[in-house]
Amino acid sequence: MNLLNLLALPQSGAETFWFPSQASTGASRVDDLFYFIFYVSLFAFIAIVVATIIFSLKYSRSRVGIEPEDSPHHSTKIEIVWSVIPALFMVAMFWYGFKDYVDRRNPPADSYQIEAISQKWSWTFNYPNGAITTGGNPAIDEGEGLVVPVNKPVVIRLESTDVLHSFFVPAFRAKMDAVPGRYNYVWFEATEIGEFPLYCAEYCGSKHSRMLATVKVVSQEDFDTWVVAAADDSDLSPEERGKKLFGAKGCIACHSVSGVAGIGPALDSLYGKEETLVDGTKVAVDDNYIRESLLDPQAKVVEGYANVPMTSFAGQLDDDDISAIIAYLKSLN
Amino acid sequence: MAPSTNSLDRTNYLNATKGFRSWFMTIDHKRLGLMYLWSVIGCFILGGFFAMKIRWTLTPGVTDFMTQTVEQMNAYNNAFTVHGAVMIFLVIIPSIPAALGNFVLPIMLGVKDVAFPKLNRLSYHLWLIGALLFVATLFIGNLDTGWTFYPPYSTGHTDVSVITAVLGAFVLGFSSIFTGLNFIVTIHKMRPPGMTWFKMPLFLWAIYATAIIQILATPVVGISLLLLLVEKTMQIGIFTPALGGDPVFFQHLFWFYSHPAVYVMILPGMGVMSELFATFSRKPIFGYKSIAMASIAIAILSFIVWGHHMFVSGQSETMSVIFSALTFSVAVPSAIKVFNWIATLYKGSIAFTTPMLYGLSIIWLFGIGGLTGMFHSTLGTSVHLHDTYFVVAHFHFVMVGSALFGFIGGIFYWWPKMYGRMAEGALSKWGCLLSFVGFNMTFLPLFPAGSRGMPRRYAGYTEAAGFDSYNMAATVGAVVLAVGLCMALYSLIRSLKHGEKAPANPWGGVTLEWQCTSPPPEHNFDIDPPTVDDPYDMTLVEWRGQEEGFLPKNPRSDDPCIADIQKA
Amino acid sequence: MSTTTNDHGHGHDPNRPKHLAHHFESLGQQFDSGKLGIWVFLLTEVLFFSALFVAYTMYRSNYPEVFQYASQFLDTKMGAINTVVLLLSSFTFAWAVRNAMLGEKSKLMLNLLITLVCAGGFMGIKYVEYSHKFHEGTLWGGNESTIFKADPADVPAEMKEHSSAWNNTDGKYSVAVKDLDPAFRQKVGVFFGVYFCLTGLHGIHVMIGMILIVWLLLRTRRGDFGPTNFNAIDFGALYWHLVDLIWIFLFPLLYLIT
Repeated sequence: MNLLNLLALPQSGAETFWFPSQASTGASRVDDLFYFIFYVSLFAFIAIVVATIIFSLKYSRSRVGIEPEDSPHHSTKIEIVWSVIPALFMVAMFWYGFKDYVDRRNPPADSYQIEAISQKWSWTFNYPNGAITTGGNPAIDEGEGLVVPVNKPVVIRLESTDVLHSFFVPAFRAKMDAVPGRYNYVWFEATEIGEFPLYCAEYCGSKHSRMLATVKVVSQEDFDTWVVAAADDSDLSPEERGKKLFGAKGCIACHSVSGVAGIGPALDSLYGKEETLVDGTKVAVDDNYIRESLLDPQAKVVEGYANVPMTSFAGQLDDDDISAIIAYLKSLN
Repeated sequence: MAPSTNSLDRTNYLNATKGFRSWFMTIDHKRLGLMYLWSVIGCFILGGFFAMKIRWTLTPGVTDFMTQTVEQMNAYNNAFTVHGAVMIFLVIIPSIPAALGNFVLPIMLGVKDVAFPKLNRLSYHLWLIGALLFVATLFIGNLDTGWTFYPPYSTGHTDVSVITAVLGAFVLGFSSIFTGLNFIVTIHKMRPPGMTWFKMPLFLWAIYATAIIQILATPVVGISLLLLLVEKTMQIGIFTPALGGDPVFFQHLFWFYSHPAVYVMILPGMGVMSELFATFSRKPIFGYKSIAMASIAIAILSFIVWGHHMFVSGQSETMSVIFSALTFSVAVPSAIKVFNWIATLYKGSIAFTTPMLYGLSIIWLFGIGGLTGMFHSTLGTSVHLHDTYFVVAHFHFVMVGSALFGFIGGIFYWWPKMYGRMAEGALSKWGCLLSFVGFNMTFLPLFPAGSRGMPRRYAGYTEAAGFDSYNMAATVGAVVLAVGLCMALYSLIRSLKHGEKAPANPWGGVTLEWQCTSPPPEHNFDIDPPTVDDPYDMTLVEWRGQEEGFLPKNPRSDDPCIADIQKA
Repeated sequence: MSTTTNDHGHGHDPNRPKHLAHHFESLGQQFDSGKLGIWVFLLTEVLFFSALFVAYTMYRSNYPEVFQYASQFLDTKMGAINTVVLLLSSFTFAWAVRNAMLGEKSKLMLNLLITLVCAGGFMGIKYVEYSHKFHEGTLWGGNESTIFKADPADVPAEMKEHSSAWNNTDGKYSVAVKDLDPAFRQKVGVFFGVYFCLTGLHGIHVMIGMILIVWLLLRTRRGDFGPTNFNAIDFGALYWHLVDLIWIFLFPLLYLIT
């Protein structure tokens, strides 16, 4: 941090004292607005501090004596001036902030949409063609991160399976909360190829500071090749594919595989066992039961979980996916 | 030479009765004020301990990000939660209104007590219960929700310590409501003859505006916290998305209180500022009416800006735009006040006493705190800065740099009245200076850290993120700040024994509290009503030297001070 | 409030009324202060309830059909009786204020007693309503025994008698409950969450009012009140009217949704 750069404006989108590099179309607009407010504030701040210092020195009691000379107690004129001028600047700030905000809330019609599912403490990104990625921060995991094409508007649909999270990419100046029970959207158009940190900005529990991920901006051609390859999991074994789906579809948020029941029952060492349902009958956990539970979760609810209805995955999982998940659950025994 | 206007050797409110009960069960507003003062200082030390723990964890090189354990992260999450909750609910909100306000308000009005003295005592006892619940929280579990208690994390994903903490905040809310109610009634119904609304000291205007917020906003957070409790213990479903509720609804309710609460913190500080600048410039405050009206305007506007805490929560865009516009409207009266204080200095006779040094510091600190607020009210920039260290730095400049410094300035200002001793000296002035420097060192670097993307409430960060240098500077600053604050506290405690005896009016204030002896008698004034005049007409008193301080130029024959002395 | 403040010093002036607190100039000032105090307090009470009313408004406008459906499980008859009981109690309390002003001690005692009995009656009816809901399981979403998972056939016969909803011979409601989709059931739970919070909080206020009335009765018996000192009765009555008023809003909002 070089203090001399405090006042410097960004040069062609590069990193400055105040900001990381501008890597999206919105970034330069945010920064311009920031610098506008910054210079106005700096001027106002210097004015009040200098006035205070000058008055303090000039009218110190040791200099003027204990009884000051007479001076006006108020002045309507000057008070109006110093109320109206700041107000005008604020109107300008509001106006530009508002315009910028509206533009940055409304994605262009041809945007590419990706679903981001957040859970404690990771992100899963679902692409329209079925490709799924996770995380991506080298310090945390080996996921591929959020991969997006450069110069293409991308809309992220944010969901949360547990608590509040927030999608924050400083390089894009983009941020939006992920709220359980509703969809929020954020969009950006990356302008720079490279890797940028993605943070969770809304406190979400123990490992909030480790809910790190990476946005990888690649060229459109690279993206097109990558996304097709990423969706192709023919080289994975069914167990591996099931494990991937188990994470990607958010199952893991409610169903642990560590023996401790979460919002839903734990699913490890469950296959082949017997469960007691709310109506007291018993059911064997076999392929058919798992299939039914995925497609019609309310059909046979296990005792103790009546009030936390699971969402149906009918239409979201095809037969191959279901077989893969069954294979994965089997492998946990 | 006239007899002393210091009453330490005579009967005063401090020595009139003795024993634990005479203090704990007192209904004397002055004793309650002092008990609040020391309790708040105690809580401040507790909150400060956790602040240091936060800074220590984030100091580069102390914890390695790669090997940080979940226990360490939980401890950090607990530290920032307890720091925030204690500092806000137990320190800043009661600091000036409950401690200084209780002590000063009735004397400023020339009356014997607030309108409902027993209710006032109840407020303090409720405050104590709330504080004890918070302390209990420390032993019950690992409170780690952040002071905002957002569901569904608080209701479904963390331990039971939330229950005691929320209950504590709920009880403290009632303490705050009763204090506000008391002050409103006292100001409305008990002003002495001749004291019209526009002859009221500005501190009272500020306390009045604060009280309006306390009674209007606090009940709403009270019920929200109660609902949160019910949600947590019985899963009632109002805030829990899994049960059909809406977690964003809690945020609306919470900020409907908590944004105005920011002004509960800063308005009284502004009131203290007005008193300091008038007295120590020995000159009427510039633009009295606009300062008074600005206080009321801030109180009213503070109720319609809460949505600026929720620009990225998913509230509708229209709402965000409206809240952004309204937020700017609060900035104008705040700016007016700063300009008026500076204009008060113009052609004054400025005394650089300890309280005034705090006052002058606040021009700088509130300047930064207020101006950086505009980055948050502007939608375009706010989205990027939300929940980063930029916000953390901003609100510390307002809540600590302005509200807390105002509180400390106020303590030094009214200290001679409270204890009849002067706490002035090199020690207290160095304390102020070090606090000022340390504070800036701690929080200025956090602005760029935040705008460069460092999110709040992170227990650690990778070296690659590039936040090391900012955090190093902040930690060093925090140590300097702590030393400065300790010096200030030490200078106060030391003065209790070694301070010079204070005359009734050591500073030259014209408000009524300077008309009774230091410390005041049990019922404030033995002759009533005291002389009520323009509270800022400094020509009414004249300097009579160190021993006597300032005395009225034309003393009434039944002047309370003189009467006290004659009685003695 | 102010009336509870006893003189604690400066009792020199023999002409000073004994119930005038030391820090007030006159009885008028004391009364005015108390009056303003109680009104400000009532304002905070209104705001205290306001968040729940906002919750009600929000969820009702989001799920109007859910509220309409769920409201049928509330017993309108009991709600109506309670409304009358509370109105009567407000009337007797208002009368009690008049009695205090005129110094009619025995009438004052009587009116306060009737008010207390009405308040007790209200709570009794509330208890009956609540216990039916607990037996039937018409509860909030997060409760283990909530009805929305139960088959109406399992509801005991004696329970069906208590609620018009279960007693419906054409089976409209019970069939509907069984076939509700999970999302709808969940929102019905939100309605009952709001219902229990609102009526529960109101019930707590009624109980606080009862304690207040008992305290006033004791002071009346001691002969505290008279033409110059009726502040406590007056302020207590204001509080009681507010509690009554809130119920007047709650009754149609919760019970009479069509």
